[in-house]
Amino acid sequence: MPAPSSKAISYLIKPIVFLACLLPFLMLAYAAFMGSLGVNPVETLTRETGGWTLKFLLITLSVTPLRKITGQNWLIKLRRMFGLYVFFYALLHFTTYIWFDQYFDWAAILKDIPKRPFITVGFSAFVLLIPLALTSTNKMMKRLKRNWTKLHKLIYVIAVLGVLHFLWLVKADTREPLIYAGILLALLVYRAYQQRFVKA
Amino acid sequence: MAILIKKPNDIQPSEITPRSVYLNRRKFMQRSLAGSVLLGANALLPAWAKPWEGLAKSPFSATDKLNTLDDITHYNNFYEFGTSKSDPARNAGKFKPRPWSIAVEGECAKPGVFDLEDFIKPYALEERIYRLRCVEGWSMVIPWVGFSLADMLKTFGPSSKAKYVEFTTLYDKSRMPGQERRVLNWPYVEGLRIDEAMNELPIMAVGLYGDILPNQNGAPIRLVVPWKYGFKSIKSIVKIRFTETQPRTTWNQAAPREYGFYSNVNPLVDHPRWSQAKETRIGEPFWAPKLQTQMFNGYGEQVAKLYEGMDLKKFF
Repeated sequence: MPAPSSKAISYLIKPIVFLACLLPFLMLAYAAFMGSLGVNPVETLTRETGGWTLKFLLITLSVTPLRKITGQNWLIKLRRMFGLYVFFYALLHFTTYIWFDQYFDWAAILKDIPKRPFITVGFSAFVLLIPLALTSTNKMMKRLKRNWTKLHKLIYVIAVLGVLHFLWLVKADTREPLIYAGILLALLVYRAYQQRFVKA
Repeated sequence: MAILIKKPNDIQPSEITPRSVYLNRRKFMQRSLAGSVLLGANALLPAWAKPWEGLAKSPFSATDKLNTLDDITHYNNFYEFGTSKSDPARNAGKFKPRPWSIAVEGECAKPGVFDLEDFIKPYALEERIYRLRCVEGWSMVIPWVGFSLADMLKTFGPSSKAKYVEFTTLYDKSRMPGQERRVLNWPYVEGLRIDEAMNELPIMAVGLYGDILPNQNGAPIRLVVPWKYGFKSIKSIVKIRFTETQPRTTWNQAAPREYGFYSNVNPLVDHPRWSQAKETRIGEPFWAPKLQTQMFNGYGEQVAKLYEGMDLKKFF
């Protein structure tokens, strides 16, 4: 399949992908407005925003493997958007926790973060996303050069922390977190294999 | 009551009678228990009448705002029907709670196996509006229909060796599809210390909002212990056993550091992974702040005496 033109990517593909990624948020916002977030709205919001953060993390990490397997190098142009959406949904998830779950009870929040392992890793993952989001621009890429690549390798750590966050909060049914873990493991193994045995 | 001469192995009314007639017959049973003489009037009740409307109201009933039937029947932790909150409502529709047998065993004078109708026959039904606080940090206010657990247990003559009461849920993968996965060690088991069981608050619930208990809420009969976390209010009970030793309760076996035998609602004793100081009251708008959790879920007046001198951090 021939690669799409630069124009097609910028004016057609990117906008469509942008809107597609925004859709989960729009649906949640609509449900919140209509009062159809279910019996426990805060739980629904927390679970959905968290789930989409993890999904976009896995999507972001699968761009390069997909590129290599399909030969569609232009896919790399979408990676920044996916990465920023990880930050977007993580921010929504964090805001839901701070606002609707804890109601800005800073004392309780600050107590929770070091004390509860699943919140420690979740909060850490969110904090680590911030420098990545801030240095996502072209200008930043030029300024940081090789250090940009080093900094953005943090996405692997963030993904592991994110999956642990989910795994450590479930009561007994570990099936869904383990599915995320499995996919993440496959992606990381693929990357490691690429690094070790294949020259980029 | 002479009309209802039945042996446990006779065909039960629920199997052959249209629901409306069946319900009216039950209403007859309950009203005769209350001592009324409204035989004729009962026969004239319309088919759509709920069997237990207008029951005696209990002095133990909470004054909190009730949760809607919709919320109560669509947000359930009942892993026997799936692990998500919406699974029980989705998957429990085909479950048939009749015919149902309950076995009473162990350290008592009158053990036996009973058909549900015979089992609940002797006891006066009341409406008890209780707060139910889940260990996960949410709560609801539910108008149960049930009878005193203590009244029922006493009729079986527990001996001096009966230090605890153990309850067991049905274990049948063909009827409870969630049991095909061993997310928990089926069958579900719960238990109370004998003095907790003999307290005036716990009930055996058979109904909700004046009507028969829906499948997803633990049909046909469940326990409600309002001062403990919700997972102790075991559902769809098939066995009650008086024991000398502390029952090995399911959640305690699954995660001993997180779910203790007592599991009294206590804002001062956190779950290892989250605080128990506050709770989300279902039905409130999502932007509303959480409620402060009360000691013993606000039932301290009736139950605090059971734990005098006990270290509730140790015996969580």
